[in-house]
Amino acid sequence: MAHAETHDPGTPLEYQSETGRLNILGFWIFLGAELALFATLFATYLVLMHRTGDGPPVGELFEVSSLLIQTFLLLTSSFTSGLAIHEMRRGHVKGLLIWMVITLLLGLGFLGFEIREFVHFVGEGATIGTSAAWSGFFVLVGTHGLHVTVGVAWISMILFQVSKRKFTPATTSKLFISSLYWHFLDVVWIFIFTAVYLTGMVMYHG
Amino acid sequence: MRRLKPFLTFGLMLAVVMLSGCSDMVVLDPKGPVGQQQKDLIMYSIGFMAFILVVVYALFTFIVYKYRDHKNHKGYDPDNEGSHLLETIWWIIPIIIVIALAIPTIKLNYSLEKAPIAAKEKADAKKDPLVINATAVDWKWIFTYPEQGIETVNYVNIPEDRPVLFKLTSAEAMASFWVPQLGGQKYAMAGMETKLYLQADEQGTYEGRNSNFTGEGFTNQTFDVKSVSESAFDKWAANTKSKAPKLTKDQYDKLMLPGYTKEMTFSSTHLGWVNHAKEADYALNVREKLGYKQEVPHSKKGKEQREELEKSHEESHAQ
Amino acid sequence: MKWDEFFVTGDPLIYGADVSIALTAAGILFYLTYFKKWGWLWKDWLTTVDHKKLGIMYIVSAVLMLFRGGVDALLMRTQLAVPDSKFLDSQHYNEIFTTHGTIMILFMAMPFVIGLINVVVPLQIGARDVAFPYLNAVSFWTFFIGAMLFNISFVIGGSPSAGWTSYMPLASSALSPGPGQNYYLLGLQIAGIGTLLTGINFLVTILKMRAPGMTLFRMPMFTWSALVTMVIIIFAFPILTVALALMTFDRLFGSHFFTLQGAGMDMLWANLFWLWGHPEVYIVILPAFGIFSEIISTFAKKTLFGYKAMIWSMLLIAGYSFLVWVHHFFTMGSGALVNSVFSVTTMAIGIPTGVKIFNWLFTMYKGKIEFTTPMLWSLGFITNFVVGGITGVMLAMAAADYQYHNTYFLVAHFHHVLIAGTVFGCFAGLMYWYPKMFGYKLNERIGKWVFWVFTIGFNVCFLPQYFLGFDGMPRRVYTYSEASGWGPLNMVSTIGGFMMGVAFLVLVYNMYYSFRYATRETTGDAWNGRTLEWSTPSAMPPFYNFAKIPVVDRLDHFWYAKQNNTVEKLETKDIKKIHMPSNSGVPFIMGSFFFIAGFGMVFGWFWMAILGILGVFGTMIHRSFAYDDGFYVSEKEIIETENITN
Repeated sequence: MAHAETHDPGTPLEYQSETGRLNILGFWIFLGAELALFATLFATYLVLMHRTGDGPPVGELFEVSSLLIQTFLLLTSSFTSGLAIHEMRRGHVKGLLIWMVITLLLGLGFLGFEIREFVHFVGEGATIGTSAAWSGFFVLVGTHGLHVTVGVAWISMILFQVSKRKFTPATTSKLFISSLYWHFLDVVWIFIFTAVYLTGMVMYHG
Repeated sequence: MRRLKPFLTFGLMLAVVMLSGCSDMVVLDPKGPVGQQQKDLIMYSIGFMAFILVVVYALFTFIVYKYRDHKNHKGYDPDNEGSHLLETIWWIIPIIIVIALAIPTIKLNYSLEKAPIAAKEKADAKKDPLVINATAVDWKWIFTYPEQGIETVNYVNIPEDRPVLFKLTSAEAMASFWVPQLGGQKYAMAGMETKLYLQADEQGTYEGRNSNFTGEGFTNQTFDVKSVSESAFDKWAANTKSKAPKLTKDQYDKLMLPGYTKEMTFSSTHLGWVNHAKEADYALNVREKLGYKQEVPHSKKGKEQREELEKSHEESHAQ
Repeated sequence: MKWDEFFVTGDPLIYGADVSIALTAAGILFYLTYFKKWGWLWKDWLTTVDHKKLGIMYIVSAVLMLFRGGVDALLMRTQLAVPDSKFLDSQHYNEIFTTHGTIMILFMAMPFVIGLINVVVPLQIGARDVAFPYLNAVSFWTFFIGAMLFNISFVIGGSPSAGWTSYMPLASSALSPGPGQNYYLLGLQIAGIGTLLTGINFLVTILKMRAPGMTLFRMPMFTWSALVTMVIIIFAFPILTVALALMTFDRLFGSHFFTLQGAGMDMLWANLFWLWGHPEVYIVILPAFGIFSEIISTFAKKTLFGYKAMIWSMLLIAGYSFLVWVHHFFTMGSGALVNSVFSVTTMAIGIPTGVKIFNWLFTMYKGKIEFTTPMLWSLGFITNFVVGGITGVMLAMAAADYQYHNTYFLVAHFHHVLIAGTVFGCFAGLMYWYPKMFGYKLNERIGKWVFWVFTIGFNVCFLPQYFLGFDGMPRRVYTYSEASGWGPLNMVSTIGGFMMGVAFLVLVYNMYYSFRYATRETTGDAWNGRTLEWSTPSAMPPFYNFAKIPVVDRLDHFWYAKQNNTVEKLETKDIKKIHMPSNSGVPFIMGSFFFIAGFGMVFGWFWMAILGILGVFGTMIHRSFAYDDGFYVSEKEIIETENITN
C-alpha cells in the first residue's frame, strides 16, 4: 500500500493520508451499493403496496403527528451532524463532540418514535405476516431503522475514539465517513416519507 | 491441421447423425399454425446463424493458419492496432442482422397473442376460439370446458382446425403449459391468468407437459392432447355432459393434494367453487384442512411420503 | 428437530461421501500435525492479507468446487444416460442439479475469476497491494464460509432442491420445507457480502492505485474488464442481497413477499433474481474476455486490435446487462410489447460481443501465433463461444423462445457460453499466470492433452443437447421413457460429460507432475509478456510486489521497453523503505462467526444465529478500535530480496 502523505495545509485532515482518501472514496462507492439496495426495497414495496389481502390497507394506520416528529428529528440530526463536521474542520474537538452527541440523541429519538409506531401497527393487527404490502412496509422502513441503529452504535464508538485520540487523519476520516452515512440515511428517509407515508395516506384518504 | 482431423471427422459424423433426425423432432414437426409459424421463424434465424458461423470459422481458419509462427513467416506487423474501415464493417453488419431478426420476431410476438389463422382454410371450420381453462396442480393438469360445462384431468380433447384459447393458471407452484407440436409454452401461475392460443390442423394425439420445474413429481406431469374432428368433439362433449359422473367438491379437493392421478372425466366443473387465478392459496388451505403436510424430504416421514408418491405413480400408470 | 432430520441417511452415495469427507479431514489433520504445519498454515495463509495469496486461496477453493460441481454433473449425466434409469430418485436428482448450478456459478466461476483478478490486477497496475487489504481477507473468508455452509447441506439436513433459480412459490416453506432451501439462502447471502466488498475494494484499487503514467486508456484489457466487472457487482449484488433476505423472511418469519398466501407475488422473485442474475453472467464472462485479450495479444505477439472499441463494447455490454432480465421468462405472459423490447435489447448485446470476436481475430491477423496451452484455450474459446453466442441470439427471439424455453436447447446454450467463455477463460488464465503464482509453468504436453480431451468432450456433451431440445426434452426431468426417443443422444452426451471429467483429472495430475518436475522460472517474464506483472525480476513477486513503483508511458509499456532495450534495472539508490499492512487473524474469526450465525439460521436455532451475529459485530468493533498502521520493510531487506549487487 502506498502511503504518500500530502501535507498541504489547505487539505482537510481527513484527506491528508492515503488511507483516509481511499477510505472516503471506498465509502462513496459503498453508498452507491446502498442506493441499489434501497432502490430494490422501494421497488418491492411499490409493487406490493396494493396487495393487502385480508389485512388493512397500509395508509389506514399511518399517523401524521408521529410521522412529522420522526421526520423533524431525523432532518435536524442531519443538520447537526453537518455542524459537527464544521467544528471538526475548525479543529474544535469539544464542539464536534457536542454536536455529534446531539445528533445521536436526535437519532435515538427518531428510533424511539419509529418503534412506538411499529408497536402501534402490530397492536392494530398489521404485522410483517399480515400481507405482502405490510411485509414490504416493515422490511423497507425496518431496514432504514436498522441502518440508523447501526449508525448510532458506530458513531458512538468513533466519538469514544476521538475523545481519546483527538483529531488525527484516521479519526477525522472516520468522522467524515460516518457523517456521509448519516446524511445518506436522511436522504433515504425523504424517499420513505414520500413514497410510503404520503402516497399511502393520499391513497387511503383520497 | 493434421491434429484437427479426427476431431473434424468425428464432429461431422455427429452432425450427420443428429441432422438426419431433424424432421422427427417435435418442435420442427409442428401440427398447427402456431407451431408452424414458430418453426418458420426458427429456420429463418438458423439461416443467419449459419452465415455468421461460416464467416467466423472461415476467418479464424485463414488467420490462424496463415499467421501461425513457422518458417517463412511473412507479414508480421506487431503494431497493427486497428482499422476504422474494418471496425465500422463489423459494427454495421451485426446491426443489420439484428434488425433483420427483430422485425419478424416482433411481428410474431404480436400475432401469437391473437387467435391463429389456419394454414389450410376450411369452409365449415368454426373461427371463434374454443375456451379451455387449464390448471396445474402438483402433479397433474385439470382441464375445464366452461361453455360445455365439463372437466377432464390429464387429457384434453380439442376439435381440429379450430383455434383453442387456453386460460392458464396454477393451484400452487409456477408451471408451464407446453404442447411442443402445437406451439410454444406459457407459464401457469397461481393468482394469475395467462392466455395461450393453440390450434391443431391434423387429428392425432400430441404429448403435452409441464416444462417448468415444480419439484418431486415434475417429470411425470404430462397430459395428452387429442385432436378430433369437429363433429366427434361435439359428440364427445355432449356424451360427457350426459353420462360422466359429476365432480364433487370433496373429489376436487382431493385433487389438490400432491400426487398423480389417472385420466378422469366429469360432467361438471370446479369453477363454481374456486378460481385459482383469483384465489392463490386455495390448494394450500385445502391441504391444511385435509391434514396434509409436506414433510422435510430427508426426515423419516418425508421418505415415507416420497415412497407413497412413487406407489401412486405406478398405480396411475397401470391404467 | 430430530436427529433423523439432521443427518442425511439411507443412501449409499451419501454414506460414501460421509466416509470420504471424514477420511480427507483426518488426512489433512494428520498431515498438518505430523509435519508441524499448523503454524505455517496460520501465519502464511489463514491470516494473510496479501492479494496474491488470497487470490491463490480463491483459485484453490474454485478448483475444489469445480470438482464438487463436476461430480454433481456426472451423477446427473449417469442418471440420464439411459431411459427409465433408477440410479437416482427424483429428490436426489433435484438436489443435485440445484447444487450443481449454484456451486458452478457462485462458488466456482465467481471465485475463479475473482481469484485471478486478485493475483493479477494489482501487479498489472503496478501497485503493492489492493486499496483495502484487510477487507480483501474479509471478502475471501465470507465467500469461503458461504461456500462451506452451502456444501455441508448434502450430509447435514439435506440439500436445496428447488433449482438454482429457486422460483417461488416452489421454494417457499409450504412447498419446500426443511433446512435445504435455507442453506441456499444463507450460503449465498454470506458469500454475497464478500463479493460486494471485493467490488468496492477493486474499484477503488483500480481507480486510485495505478502506477504513475497509467491513464485509464493505458490500462491492460484484463484490468479494464475487472473495472467494469466491479461496477456491475456494486449495482447487481445488492439486488441479490435484498431478494435473498426477502425470501429468508418468507421462510423463517412468515412474511408474504413471494408466497401464495397473504397476496404475495411469486413473479417478483423471478424479476429480482434475474435483475441480479443476468448481470451476474457478465460478472463471470467479462473478466474471461479480459484474459483472452491478454493472452491472444501476447501469443500473437501483436498489440490488441481496436483497443478502444474493445473497451467501449465492454461498457456497452455492462450497461445492457441490466436491461435484458425479462428474456429469462418471456413465457410469463408479459405481453407482446414487453417481450419485443427485451428481445431487441437482448439481441443488441450480440453486437458489441460480435465486435469483440472480430477484434480478437484481427489481433492475430499479421501476428506470429504461438500455440501455447493458454493460447489453445483462447482459440478454443473463439470457435466454441460463437456457437453459444448465436444460439443466444436465437433464444432472444421471444416468439421462438416459447419453444426453446425450459428445454435442453437452453441448457446447451448456457453451457456453451459459460464453459467456452468462463471455464475456458479460467483455465487459460490459470495456465498463463501459473508461473507468476508458483514460479513454474504447467507442463505443456499434458496441458495440450487436457485441452483437446476437454474441448472434444465438451462438444460431444452439449451439441446433442440442442437437438434434444428440438425434440422436446425439458430440462430438470430426472428420467424419460424409452418411447420418447431421447435415449441415444443422451448417451452420447453422457460420454462427452465423462470425457470432460477425465480431462479435469489429467489437469489435476498436471499440477502434481509440474510441481515435481517442471523447470523453475529464473526471470519474472515467463511468456515474453506485455504488461507490468511480467516486469518483476523474480518469477514470483515478493509480498510487496515492486521494489520500485514502475512508471508507464503507454499501453503495453513493458513490451515496448523490452523492444527498445529501455527496461530499467533496479539500483540500490532507488530503494526506499516500503510500507505494508500487517497480517490479521480477525477476518478468519469473523468468517467463523458468520458460519455459526448462518448455521443457526438454517435450522431456525435463533439463539445460535444471534450468538454468531454478535460475534461478527464483535470482530467489527475490534477492527474499529484497532489502530494497526502496518509496518515498514527496510531498505536492507528489500536489497537482499531483490538480489541487487551494484
